[in-house]
Amino acid sequence: MSESILSHPENTEPVIFTQEELGWLPWLEPYPADQLTERHWAGLVDASRSKSPYFLLLARDPDVLQARTKTDKDIFYNTADGLPRAERELAATATSRLNGCIYCASVHSRFATQYSKRKADVQRLLDEGVTADIDPRWNAIIDASVSLTETPIRFGQKHVEALRATGLDDLEIVDVINGSAFFNWANRLMLSLGEPSAPAQASANA
Amino acid sequence: MSTATVDVIDLLAGIAPGTYLSEIRDKRPQARENAQKSYQALFEPEVPGNVTSLERYAIATFVAGLHRQPIVVEFYERNLRKLDQAGILGAVNREVANGSTEGPYGRYPQGPLTAEDQNGPDYRVSAESGSILGPRLSAALEHAHLLVFRPRDASAAALQKLLDAGWSTTDVVTLSQLVAFLSFQVRVIAGLRTLAAAHEQAVVEIERASVFTTVLASGGI
Repeated sequence: MSESILSHPENTEPVIFTQEELGWLPWLEPYPADQLTERHWAGLVDASRSKSPYFLLLARDPDVLQARTKTDKDIFYNTADGLPRAERELAATATSRLNGCIYCASVHSRFATQYSKRKADVQRLLDEGVTADIDPRWNAIIDASVSLTETPIRFGQKHVEALRATGLDDLEIVDVINGSAFFNWANRLMLSLGEPSAPAQASANA
Repeated sequence: MSTATVDVIDLLAGIAPGTYLSEIRDKRPQARENAQKSYQALFEPEVPGNVTSLERYAIATFVAGLHRQPIVVEFYERNLRKLDQAGILGAVNREVANGSTEGPYGRYPQGPLTAEDQNGPDYRVSAESGSILGPRLSAALEHAHLLVFRPRDASAAALQKLLDAGWSTTDVVTLSQLVAFLSFQVRVIAGLRTLAAAHEQAVVEIERASVFTTVLASGGI
């Protein structure tokens, strides 16, 4: 029966922001993996995503999922002439930290660490929150992401100036805007369609 | 089929083809093209499903209104007006005013982060608007408000309310994508507008400096 809520009474939700690998449990029935049509496969973009309950749930509206995923990939993976990947992941992590998406922050803080090799600095963003004083360039990227994430949006000239002052050109600023804006999309899906599960359970649920 | 040939983000951010920011956007061609395809899949879907155009534009007008983005509001409102014969637009505008607040706020799971919990309104559609919007659209606006301002308060119980109001599982996915996409779209538009203004200001300053230098060089001062 797909028209009812799925509950996970046995799940222990993580209660802190972490760089560890978490699982994610859906509150609605994912699209049945054995009934995927060509349109659903196109929506999933990568066949491996048919193993993920999150992407199978989103595959219920496959055209939106396909466009969402391709938007995501270009914003984060297309690093031609732009902001280094580490700092796009920093924007994603700061956005997720402010919105309170523990799952999204775990994934993208790991990427930020992987690409920057600055695990302790990334952890400070998770532990201390978006006001952590890291260094001028990271602070400017975090502040810009936060100001864009607040509702109403506070992003203004002073944020552009702060980014420029730490060496970002306008294409790199667009990468910050895109990265943060995209996580305002992703956070809202992840937070509202299911719940994270703690590291010890992650492998069982993945 | 799609009728929108205009890139909606360009339109609402005031970016004309061939301009400085248009060329920057071209460096991320897939992001640009697929942000537009996301818009089309949500507002001009090839397979519309159960979520009506009226519902989609009413929710979009509400979400843009909660973000206080008048240019985006006007765009969705214009589309809503074409479909609305029951005073939905008036009710949506009243609910934007009723729902106005600042975010993100909400609670964390009980633990160390509880110290960061922030209280805020638990928005409900007014009785007056509810009688015009009906239970299905009222439930959607309440859910949209939750996602816009306090996404960390989202819960399975909130989804149950949507199912109870007649939203199917697939409809809930579409609704969630709609609100989440709009949260992205308004931020890209606001960010690009700010950057365009900063660029224009910089150009004016360079021109002024160069005029000044020319005047100096000519011995005019």
